[in-house]
Amino acid sequence: MRAEPGRGSGVSRAKRDPELVSGAARAAADAPAGAGATLRVRSLTVAFDRGPVLDDVGFGIEPGEVVALVGANGAGKSTLMRALVGIGARSRGAVEVDGVDIGSASRAELRAVRRRTGMVFQRFCLAGRLTAFQNVLHGGMGRTGPRGWLAATASEAERREAMTCLARVGLAHLAGRRASLLSGGEAQRVSIARALMQRPTLLLADEPVASLDPSATRDVMEMLTGIAREQGVTAILALHQLDLARRYTTRVIGLQAGRLKIDSALTACLDSELDRLYGDGVAGAPSRGGPARATEAAA
Amino acid sequence: MEAAGLMTRTAAGRVSVPPPPPRVRRPGPFAYLLVAGVAAFVIHAYISGAAISPTTLVEGIGPFTAFIADAFPPDLARADAIGAALLETFEIALVGTIFGTILAIPLAVLAARNTTPNRLVYAGARGLIALMRTIPDIIWGLIFVVTVGLGAPAGVLAITVDVAGFSGRFFADSIEDVDKGLTDGLAATGARDGGIVVGAVVPSVTPAWTATTMFSLEQATRSSVVLGIVGAGGIGVELTTSMSLLRYDEAATIILAIFVVVLGVERLSSAVRSRIR
Repeated sequence: MRAEPGRGSGVSRAKRDPELVSGAARAAADAPAGAGATLRVRSLTVAFDRGPVLDDVGFGIEPGEVVALVGANGAGKSTLMRALVGIGARSRGAVEVDGVDIGSASRAELRAVRRRTGMVFQRFCLAGRLTAFQNVLHGGMGRTGPRGWLAATASEAERREAMTCLARVGLAHLAGRRASLLSGGEAQRVSIARALMQRPTLLLADEPVASLDPSATRDVMEMLTGIAREQGVTAILALHQLDLARRYTTRVIGLQAGRLKIDSALTACLDSELDRLYGDGVAGAPSRGGPARATEAAA
Repeated sequence: MEAAGLMTRTAAGRVSVPPPPPRVRRPGPFAYLLVAGVAAFVIHAYISGAAISPTTLVEGIGPFTAFIADAFPPDLARADAIGAALLETFEIALVGTIFGTILAIPLAVLAARNTTPNRLVYAGARGLIALMRTIPDIIWGLIFVVTVGLGAPAGVLAITVDVAGFSGRFFADSIEDVDKGLTDGLAATGARDGGIVVGAVVPSVTPAWTATTMFSLEQATRSSVVLGIVGAGGIGVELTTSMSLLRYDEAATIILAIFVVVLGVERLSSAVRSRIR
């Protein structure tokens, strides 16, 4: 069931394989329609000085799908996530979000795509000196003018929405606490609230639980997938823990050394295939369900 | 660890343990060249008479003792005038630091690789900062005395340019040190460049900028004393006059007053810096 990222394929394995199509379609059908983004990745190649990090990767994701992106450290997961919003190294190939080609989009078009794309990072990427509330407010920056850049000048509606987002992740009581004083789990929930503030149609989470304990991991995963399913948001979750992928997502995209190796419904994916993704000489591969904490070198 | 630390057992079997790295790294050719260069300048300074010799120090003890004898007790007769000049000196430093800092912020944003709009603007901003920073404040003082005339405004302008150069460079460097993940995090929300600066850069650099501004104020307070000597306002004029008229007791009052003000500014600066962490 290994995908063959043939040059110029542009169509995912799921599109070509009837068995996988049924898995992907089922996943899409489970989600409420309308709010999620459509994603098309065609022959995506990203190279750094030391060589390609992503090599001819192609797949498609339908609105409302919740997809696990798996692969060993250095497989290209973070690079792929960043390429989906046009951040990082220059790339070849095409990434389309709701029909907008990220590579050729104007700055305004790119900002419009990013505005609707909530991104949750492994290291939270919060401004440590600002409060949780101010960090969440930043999620609305894409649609507000300069007035929305500061908590002191933001509109009352934006301020109320930020508090609502914080309440949704259960942290309204910590609105005034500095982000640098939050625990890892709390900080990750704040970053989810910031993503919610964007009113996203696409949610990208790059190893969101890599530095969290089991309890916080469960909270964050349930929060992310719950939001995606409730709002029909398309979501890609980069994960090392394959048991989490099985529990919380319905489709898996597997990368190995920058190449697409797996793209299928999880029900159709064999354990041995997933294990091979972390094998084949890749050192430090976590066991399935093991607490992988290493960051992705390619990022 | 077995066999005197030379072999150890791993999952792959027994492997040899390489020796630890050397305690001190052998200096490279550049280090030798640097030491030789410094030594050459010091030797030349002694040959040309620029360096301090023990004879010079011994010969200076007598005049120094005479100066101290004349200076004490300090003469407080002109305490009012000295106080007013000292206040002007501090105000020159404060206003110059405020204007310089305000000027430094946009310059730093343009002169930081991660926030500049393009390479040309980056090079221009870095060049302007280098120009302002490398020309000593006393020369700026002389230039502004010529252009705006004698008095405090020339001092304020000189401090403004000096602080803008000093702070501009350090502000820009601290912007470049901002965690890229933080700026990417906001860029990923669709925020505009201005929003990224306000939302990610400014909160991150606030402690460094505050410390730099406080150091600027300390430096500006010392500079504003010296600027008076070239006619750019402040207590420097009073000090030069007292020294020229051999009124060392009056000069002692001025020097002690300067000491108190500079020390006060340094204490204030330390207090602010310790609270902004």
